[in-house]
Amino acid sequence: MGAQTGGGGVSAAAGVALGMVGGAIRISTPFLFVSLGECITEKSGRVNLGLEGTLVMGAMAAYGVSYLTSSPWLGVLAAGGCGVVLGALHGWLCARPRVNDVAVGIALMLFGVGLAFFLGKPLIGPTAPHLPSVSLGWWSASGQVRSALQVNALFVLGLVTTAAVRFVLRKTRWGLVIRTVGESADAARAMGYDIARVRLLATMAGGFLAGVGGSFLSLFYPGSWNEGLSSGQGLMAVALVIFARWDPVRCLLASLLFGGASALGPALQSVGVTSGYYLFNAAPYVLTLAIIVLTSSRDRALLGQPAELRMAR
Amino acid sequence: MGIGVSIGAISPLAEPSAGGAGALVATAEARRAARRKSAEAFAIPSVAILGALILFGIFVALTGRNPLAVYHEMYRGSFGTWFSFQNTLQRAAPLMLTALATALPLRLGLVVLGGEGAMVLGGLAAAAVGVHLHTPMSVKLGMFVVGALVGGAWMAGAGTLRAYRGVNETISTLLLNYIAIALLNHMVEGPLRDPASLNKPSTLPIGDDNMLGNLPGLDVHWGLVFGLAACLLTWFLMQRTTFGFAARMVGGNVRAALLNGLPVRRLIVVATFLGGLGAGLAGAVEVAAIHGTANASLVTGYGYTGVLVAFIARGNPLGVVPVALLLGGIGASGGLLQRVFDLPDATVNVLQGIIFLSILFSDSLYGGRWARKPAVAA
Repeated sequence: MGAQTGGGGVSAAAGVALGMVGGAIRISTPFLFVSLGECITEKSGRVNLGLEGTLVMGAMAAYGVSYLTSSPWLGVLAAGGCGVVLGALHGWLCARPRVNDVAVGIALMLFGVGLAFFLGKPLIGPTAPHLPSVSLGWWSASGQVRSALQVNALFVLGLVTTAAVRFVLRKTRWGLVIRTVGESADAARAMGYDIARVRLLATMAGGFLAGVGGSFLSLFYPGSWNEGLSSGQGLMAVALVIFARWDPVRCLLASLLFGGASALGPALQSVGVTSGYYLFNAAPYVLTLAIIVLTSSRDRALLGQPAELRMAR
Repeated sequence: MGIGVSIGAISPLAEPSAGGAGALVATAEARRAARRKSAEAFAIPSVAILGALILFGIFVALTGRNPLAVYHEMYRGSFGTWFSFQNTLQRAAPLMLTALATALPLRLGLVVLGGEGAMVLGGLAAAAVGVHLHTPMSVKLGMFVVGALVGGAWMAGAGTLRAYRGVNETISTLLLNYIAIALLNHMVEGPLRDPASLNKPSTLPIGDDNMLGNLPGLDVHWGLVFGLAACLLTWFLMQRTTFGFAARMVGGNVRAALLNGLPVRRLIVVATFLGGLGAGLAGAVEVAAIHGTANASLVTGYGYTGVLVAFIARGNPLGVVPVALLLGGIGASGGLLQRVFDLPDATVNVLQGIIFLSILFSDSLYGGRWARKPAVAA
C-alpha cells in the first residue's frame, strides 16, 4: 500500500487508505471480541442479541474500575465479569421453557444499555488510566503513519484469543461438546450432556469476551466514558458472525474489514472530503447489510451454520 | 426451513390447545381449559409487571432511595395529575404507532426491530413534503400519507429481503435503523438543510399554521386519535379478515400455511409494510405536532420502546393500547424522578429493561404448574 511509504507528502488517496488501515486496527478490536464471543455462543446453538448491552456495560465497568483502582487491566477483568453475569442471565432465562432467545437478547440489550447509563452517570467527566499500546510506526517520519500504527495491547490479545478460540472449538473436548450441542441437541442429550448447562457456559464465555471488547471502547478508543460511546458495534458484530460463517479466523478478517469501513468517513474528512460525511458513516451498516443479503439464501441454511441455531434462518 | 421458526415460542397461538384430541369427548374440560387460558393471558403479564416493579424497587432501595416514595412520585408524574396524564397520553400516541411496526409482523412469527428507522424516515419525508404544500389541510394530508408510505416501504424492504432472500429480519431492521439515522443526518446537514437553522440543523419549518393541533379541550395532540384508530384497525384486520387469519396461520405453523397454499411470502411483505405504515405515521405526527421540522430530535428511542410495548402486548393490537399508556407513563415520570430524587435519566430505561425481562420470564409460566397436563416438551 502506497500509504506506508510515509514521508511528508502523503497524497489524498494514500491518506484515505492510511486512515482506513489505522481505523481497521483501531476500530476493529471491539468488533473482534464481540464476534468471537458470539461465535462461541452461536456454536452452541443459541443466539445472544444482547451483546450490545454487554459491550456498553463492559465499557462502563472497565472505566469505573480503572478510575477507582488506577489499573486498566483490572477494569478489563471487571468488564469481562459484567459480561459473564449478563451472559448467565441470558442463559438462565433461555433455558426456561418457551422463552425465546432472540427476544431475551433484545431485552438484555435495552437493559444493559440502560443500566450502564444509570451506573455510569458519575463517570462522565473523570479521567481513567488507559490501556497501554505499542507503537509499530517508529520507522516512519510521518506522524500520520505513526498514529495509524499505534497498536493497543487488547488488539494483540484479540489476535491471541482468535487463535485460542479456534483451537478450543476445533481441537479440544470442550469444543467438541459445544459443537455437538449446537449441531444436534438430541445427539448431545443421548450422549448424556446437559444441553442447558453447555449453552449457559457458552453464553457466559461469549459475554466475557463481549465485555472485554467494551473495555477497549472506554479505555483506549475513543477512550472515555459517555453515553454515545457505542454506535451499535455489539449488534454489527452479531451480524458479522453470520458473515464470518462461525469461524474465528474469519471473524478476525471481517472485524478488520468493518473497522476499515467505519474509518471511511473520518478518513475522507481528514483529507478534506466532507460533503457526504454522514452518508459515509453509514458505510459499515450498509456493508453489513449488503453482505448478509448476498450470502443469504432462500432455500438453504448457510454454510457452516450450527443446525440448532434458529437465528440466521 | 420455516419462515416463522424463531418466534414460535412467543406467540400464544403457537401453543397446542390444552384440550387436545380429548376435547371432543370432554367439552367441559375444554371449556375449563379455554377459561384458564384467558385467565392466564391476563394474570401472567400482570404478575410479571408486578414482579418487575418489586425488582426495580429493590434496585432503587440499593441506591439509597425509598422505593415507595419513588413509586409515589412516578405515579404523580404519569397518571396522578391531569397535567401529567396528558403528558402520558402525548407520549403513548407515538408508542402505539411504533409498537404496531413490531406487533403486526410478530403475529407472523417475525421479530422486527425497525420501528425507530421507519419513524425517523417517515418524519423526514413528511417534513420534506410538507414545505412544498400550501393549504394547511393539504400539508397535513400530504405529510401523513407520505410519512406513512415511506415508513411502510422502508419496512417492507426488510420484509422482502426476509421473504425472498431469507435475510434475518431482526438483524436487517436493526441495521436499517442506523442507516435511516445516517440518512436523516445527511439530509438535514446537507440537501434539505434550512440555512437559518444554525445550532440544530433542521429542514425548513412547515409553518405554525400547518401544525397538527390539539384535541378539543385537551393539551394532547391529534396523534393520540391516530394511534388509537390504528390499533383498532389493526385488530380488526388481524381478527376479522381473511388476511388476518392467513397471517396468524403463518405465525402458528408456517408449514401448514404453505400446505394450504397461502402466499406466505406476500403475506410477510404486506405485514411488514402495514407495520411500517404505523411507524412512519408516528414520525410524521411527531414532526407535524411537536417539532414542526425534521431534525435529530426525531431520534427519540420511541421505536425501541415500541418493540417493548409490542412484546408485552404479545403482538395483540388491542393490548398495545394499555401497554403504550403504561410505558408512556413511565417515560413521562422520568423528568420528575430526575428532579426530586436526582436519579439519572436512564432510570426509566432500567425499569423498562427489567419489565421486558420479567415479561419474557413469564412466558415460561403459561400452562404451568396449575395446568392439568405437563408442559409440552420443547
